[in-house]
Order: sequence, then C-alpha cells, then structure tokens
Amino acid sequence: MEFDFSQIGPSLPGLAEGMWLTLQLLALAVLGGVAIGTLIALARLSNNRLLSGLAKGYVNIFRSVPLLLVITWFYFAVPFLLRWITGSDTPVGAFASCLIAFMLFEAAYYSEIVRAGIQSISRGQIGAAYALGMTYAQAMRLVVLPQAFRKMTPLLLQQSIILFQDTSLVYAVGLMDFLNTARSRGDIAGQPHEFLLFAGFVYFVISFGASRLVKRLQQRLTV
Amino acid sequence: MNYHWDWAVFFKSTGIGDEIYLDWFVAGLGWTVAVALVAWCIALALGAVLGVMRTLPNKALSGVATAYVELFRNVPLLVQLFVWYFLVPDLLPERAQVWFKQELNPTTSAYLSVVACLAFFTAARVCEQVRTGIQALPRGQTMAAMAMGFSLPQVYRHVLLPQAFRIIIPPLTSEFLNIFKNSSVASLIGLMELLAQTKQTAEFSANLFEAFTLATLIYFVLNMSLMKGMGWLEKRVAVPGLIGSGGK
Repeated sequence: MEFDFSQIGPSLPGLAEGMWLTLQLLALAVLGGVAIGTLIALARLSNNRLLSGLAKGYVNIFRSVPLLLVITWFYFAVPFLLRWITGSDTPVGAFASCLIAFMLFEAAYYSEIVRAGIQSISRGQIGAAYALGMTYAQAMRLVVLPQAFRKMTPLLLQQSIILFQDTSLVYAVGLMDFLNTARSRGDIAGQPHEFLLFAGFVYFVISFGASRLVKRLQQRLTV
Repeated sequence: MNYHWDWAVFFKSTGIGDEIYLDWFVAGLGWTVAVALVAWCIALALGAVLGVMRTLPNKALSGVATAYVELFRNVPLLVQLFVWYFLVPDLLPERAQVWFKQELNPTTSAYLSVVACLAFFTAARVCEQVRTGIQALPRGQTMAAMAMGFSLPQVYRHVLLPQAFRIIIPPLTSEFLNIFKNSSVASLIGLMELLAQTKQTAEFSANLFEAFTLATLIYFVLNMSLMKGMGWLEKRVAVPGLIGSGGK
C-alpha cells in the first residue's frame, strides 16, 4: 500500500477548525473540572459525615465507569433533564452535553489530586490561620489552597494532558473535534489512512511536548 | 413530552426472538469481559518484557522500550483503535486481507482489532509500572546476586521480578480496572459489548434512564469486586518486612 499525504496541506484550515473545537472543549472542561473537583475535595475532607460520604460516593461512581459511558449518557439525558427543569424544549447541542460530561467526570479525578494537595499542607497552618481570626473559608482560600495548588500543578496538568487525548471520544456523539474532522476530511479526500496517521501524529506531538514541559516544571517546583 | 419510567423494562421482550433486554446486557457484559481479560494477559506479558528492557544496561534495548512507551502513551486510545481496525488490515499481505475483511465475521474482526489495540495500549502502562517496581528494589540485591554468581537473566528471574510484581499490585490493579473501562471503545467499531448493548436498549425501549442506570451499576459492581479481589491478592502475596505489608 502506498501512502499519499498530498491532500493534507489543502485541508489544514478545516483541520484547524476541528483542533479549535478540541482546545475549547479542553480548556472549559479543565476549568470546570478543577472548580468542581476542588469543591468535592473540600466536601470529602469536611467533618460533616454526610457531606464527605456523598463526595466519596461521587468519586467512586465516576471513577468506576468508562468516560465513554458518561459521554453517551449525557448526550441522551441532558435534553431530557433540561426539559424537566425549564419545562420547555431547550435545544442543547452535543458540545454542551459533552462539556458537562467531561466536567463532571474529570472533577472526580481532579478532586483526588486536590485532596492529596490539601492533605500535604501541614495542619499547623490551619491552626495558625484560625488563631489569626480567619474563618474556615478564609483559611482555605488565603492560606491552604494557594499552597496546595502550587504543589499539585504538575499533577493537574498531567491529568489535563490525558483529558486532551480523551476529548477524542466525542467522536461517539458526532461532535466535529480534531479527530472527527480528520476522519471526515480523509474520507472526502480519499486518503483516510493518511489523515488518520496525521491526526495521530498531531496528538502525539502535542501530548509529548506538553508532558515534557510538565516534567520540567515539576523539577523546578520540587524543593 | 413526559418520560415514562419503567424499571421492569429489563424483563420485557426486545421483539427479537424471545430475548428480553436483560439478555442483551448479559451478552454485552460477556464481550466486555472477553475483551478485557484476553487483552490484559497480552498486555501483562508484553509490558513485563518492555519493563525489563527499560531497566537493562543495554542502551539500544532500553531505548526501544522507551520509544514504545512514549508512542503508545501519547496517542489517544481512539486513534489507536482506528489504526488497528481500519489501517493495519490494509497493510497485511493480500491473502490475509481477504481473510480479515471477507471471511471473518464482522464481530470477530472487530474483536481482534480491539484486543490488539487494548493489549498494546495497556502494555505501555504496565511497562512503566514494572520498571518502577524493579527500580524500587535496593541496588544491593542485584549486586549481592551478581556476587553469588547469578547471571543477569537469573537475577531478574529469581531476585528482581518476583519482588517487583508483588510491590506493583496496587498500580497494576488500576490498569486492570482501566482495561475494562477502556474496552467500551469497542462499541465504536460495532462490537456489541456492554455500552453498545446499553445504547441499543435505550434506543429500542425508549427507557434510556433505566438502561444507562443499569449499565452504570454493572460497571460499578464489576469495578468494586475486581478491586476487592486484587486487594485480597495483594495481602496474600505481600513482601514481608515492607511498610506496605502491614505490621508483622
């Protein structure tokens, strides 16, 4: 079999559009995932039995099911849920349902990283913050979380690189992300294999480069 | 439009033969397990070989293993699956192509592709765990074994690997669980494993919440019981004297 990559050049603008969607999805999912994950981590560490139990259950359930199941679940379910909540038909695209699925799913993984980060801060700091008259919220926001986030940045980034690769699963619901764009362009151009290899190559370069940078960062941050 | 809840849907007829929906889930779970277990055995064997290669003094061998790990860890699983399913068959010799594309039934060819994909994908992760396990052992052990006249293969076989494998059971467990979850990508190339059966049930019966809830429950129970099983194994084979092996 001969490979012919001639059609990739002319298709680059279209492929870039797909990559743009992938990156948007990634950025929003990371932001939402870390935010929700932090709340879950705080709930998990709280003294309230019910709250920490719920957080633990959330993490256990999301970590034991495949991401693809969650994406498919939400693709079917989000329109129904919105109809219940709003009472009227609210059109919701695959992008929104995928984004919600990624945020909630990744939150379970991010929360474990954040939890470990918070637990690595010495207990005396919270005591000192309380002694200065800070409330729980102030102690967390001004003292514990800034340090915890600094420590866990490499891990959060590493998890985000995995998420970058996993965004390709939106193929299942027909969203035109980078991989799906490459596949459809490849079919149109009659060079499906070449476009698939090109897509794999681009994913590889980005993930590989990013994990190298994270490793460097990690070495710089370790004391 | 109102949603019509019906938890008894799993015992209703699918309208195909005398199957009920529950039969679909059982068949799906069967494929999920069949994919995951076979791929895991291959991944474990290949990953162990690669992990050993990465710790060898030979630069060429460890370089090959490192390249393998980087390649398979930095390309998305789905891209790898498409390569195995759409591209690799076209690279086979003429005779094998005819066999794979025409003589095999579609389920078997999808099954072979997804097993190959998950085996090679997971081997890269297993390799890293095995390497970590070997490197976690004190260097003195290798030296002591060498001093006693062990050859390098003997050092690995009798000293390093038996301990390394026991140390890395926890991280291996999570890879083992991942392979079950990752096997759900098979639904995208038409293998009727658990997720594909769930989707089909949701579409046929229109009881999508029930179908997906049951699937979530099955994955959850599967995960928990595998974890319990591996925890038991970990305790049984713990290396005595390490902090992780409990106070004795």
